[in-house]
Amino acid sequence: MDFTLSKEHEMARSLFKEFAEKEVKPLAQEVDETETFPRATVEKMAKLGFLGIPVPKEYGGQGCDPLTYAMCVEELSKVCGTTGVIVSAHTSLCCDPILTYGTEEQKQKYLIPLAKGEKLGAFGLTEPGAGTDAQGQQTKAVLDGDEWVLNGSKCFITNGKEADVYVIFAITGTVEKRGRMTKEISAFIVEKGTPGFTFGTKEKKMGIRGSSTYELIFTDCRIPKENLLGQKGKGFNIAMHTLDGGRIGIASQALGLAEGALETTIEYVKERKQFGRAIGAFQNTQFQLADMATKVEAAQLLVYKAAMAKATQKVYSVEAAKAKLYAAEVAMEVTTKAVQLHGGYGYIREYEVERMMRDAKITEIYEGTSEVQRMVISGALLK
Amino acid sequence: MKIVVCVKQVPDTKGGVKFNPDGTLDRGAMLTIMNPDDKAGLEAALRLKDQYGAEVTVVTMGLPKAEEVLREAMAMGADKGVLVTDRVLGGADTWATSTTLAGAIRNLDYDLIITGRQAIDGDTAQVGPQISEHLNIPVISYAQDIKIEGDSVIVERQYEDRYHVVKAKMPCLITALSELNEPRYMTPGGIFDAYKADITVWGRADLKDVDDANLGLKGSPTKIAKASDKVRKGAGEKVTLDPDEAVSYIVDKLKVKHVI
Repeated sequence: MDFTLSKEHEMARSLFKEFAEKEVKPLAQEVDETETFPRATVEKMAKLGFLGIPVPKEYGGQGCDPLTYAMCVEELSKVCGTTGVIVSAHTSLCCDPILTYGTEEQKQKYLIPLAKGEKLGAFGLTEPGAGTDAQGQQTKAVLDGDEWVLNGSKCFITNGKEADVYVIFAITGTVEKRGRMTKEISAFIVEKGTPGFTFGTKEKKMGIRGSSTYELIFTDCRIPKENLLGQKGKGFNIAMHTLDGGRIGIASQALGLAEGALETTIEYVKERKQFGRAIGAFQNTQFQLADMATKVEAAQLLVYKAAMAKATQKVYSVEAAKAKLYAAEVAMEVTTKAVQLHGGYGYIREYEVERMMRDAKITEIYEGTSEVQRMVISGALLK
Repeated sequence: MKIVVCVKQVPDTKGGVKFNPDGTLDRGAMLTIMNPDDKAGLEAALRLKDQYGAEVTVVTMGLPKAEEVLREAMAMGADKGVLVTDRVLGGADTWATSTTLAGAIRNLDYDLIITGRQAIDGDTAQVGPQISEHLNIPVISYAQDIKIEGDSVIVERQYEDRYHVVKAKMPCLITALSELNEPRYMTPGGIFDAYKADITVWGRADLKDVDDANLGLKGSPTKIAKASDKVRKGAGEKVTLDPDEAVSYIVDKLKVKHVI
């Protein structure tokens, strides 16, 4: 077993790192403070192909593996959690299901501009009454002639108002399953600007405040029949499979946040003096840093393993769940310790760790809470 | 149009500098980057490629690991890479380096050669102009803007307070300043393609019309007496005195040190 990254991956990391340091980091504080979507940064990333890293070249992407994509989200999130999730939601939750389940026409029409970054993608599954219980959907789609008519709403949608293409889930009927009637869910591609598709309130969040999180409202929204994504009635499977990939993206975001907090804290404890010496000279600080670094590395190994599994295995739900569960909890723990080691300054907005701690919390919640990840992992153990 | 760009792998100033016992740099032991002026030269070539269409070949001389800068250049958009590496070429000064690079470039078709003004490790600014002498072609140094007009290049040559507009027939050599442009980033897909591409590797035997007496450490007229890393200065001394007392204090200190 060799844990060494290939030269290609090392060079890709240096690219993402350089971009993050030069283009993303200087804006991170302002993006957070003003809750502004970093549109200019997204355009720069689009030009460099960051919005289509794991998409094949024939569909406008970079043709790289999931590990390269994970490293991109990781490096961006080291300096700005907002920028990390924009790439993750776009790539994992919109490009990936269209690549996996889309028809050739859908790939030509939607995937190519998405992968080139000419358009931004989003994913709408969550509803006010359907979070962890994704089966609790209320949004409906009814076929009327050559069009599907959507009615309902989605909430907490990342890239909400900024996206152009949305993968949306809706009930298309009921089916009998083990003697019980259950909802039949299907997936659709919806374009911004479609009549009947509007935006509700913008969410004011604790962290990742530059990311555009909106409610999506569908009122007699008519979309072409051919915008059904995958087979009718297979929406739940599409959503779950898509979220397996998404969890690798969020795990990478969590990993990046933890790494960013650790690096920032290492620099801080060398400078900050108390009782006549740098606080890094105290054994408590040293032990805290040792624990943080060990957990960060363990998280990285799980995240990279999950990314590699996505490249080589058909099913990687457990690997993705373990990576997200652990990386998210490490992100929360490490950013909290980073704030503690910064003392009072860590509680002040001027210091990056304050933002990182707020950004980290969401990684334990979205794209499957930590509890959901434990259900996925234990479900496989007790099968 | 065919453009040859010379690039050098240089120590990353963020890492430490290490020396061989003979005073030359221990390049194998240091973190490295593409020399910034060379990167600007490469960007200039890639912009000419975007604007006029061109084939860009990147040439470097160095240890086998210098291949990394060629891959980086190809990930930015260069078409081909040539690595000139051979033990007998080690320890070269500017004369031996320019002789070597000219010997390699003689094997290539070119309309334009672009080099960086100077490398951040040697800071001589000699290799580019020397290559042009070896190849007997015109050189325009310190380019801040490059345009193509027919079979000529029109270059703005930078001075401290002005610039000259110089026109030269191709083939010619241009040395570029890092202020010339903001080099583009690599692309993720470009990196993986660059590592799949073949790199041409040439040794001493592949160099055209060069004399062994002008190669490597033996062929280098420059002899290094002593080399050292910069020594960190102490924290200094802070005193709080009235202006008159302060002047006397400083003058006394300077006298002690024989500065005045």
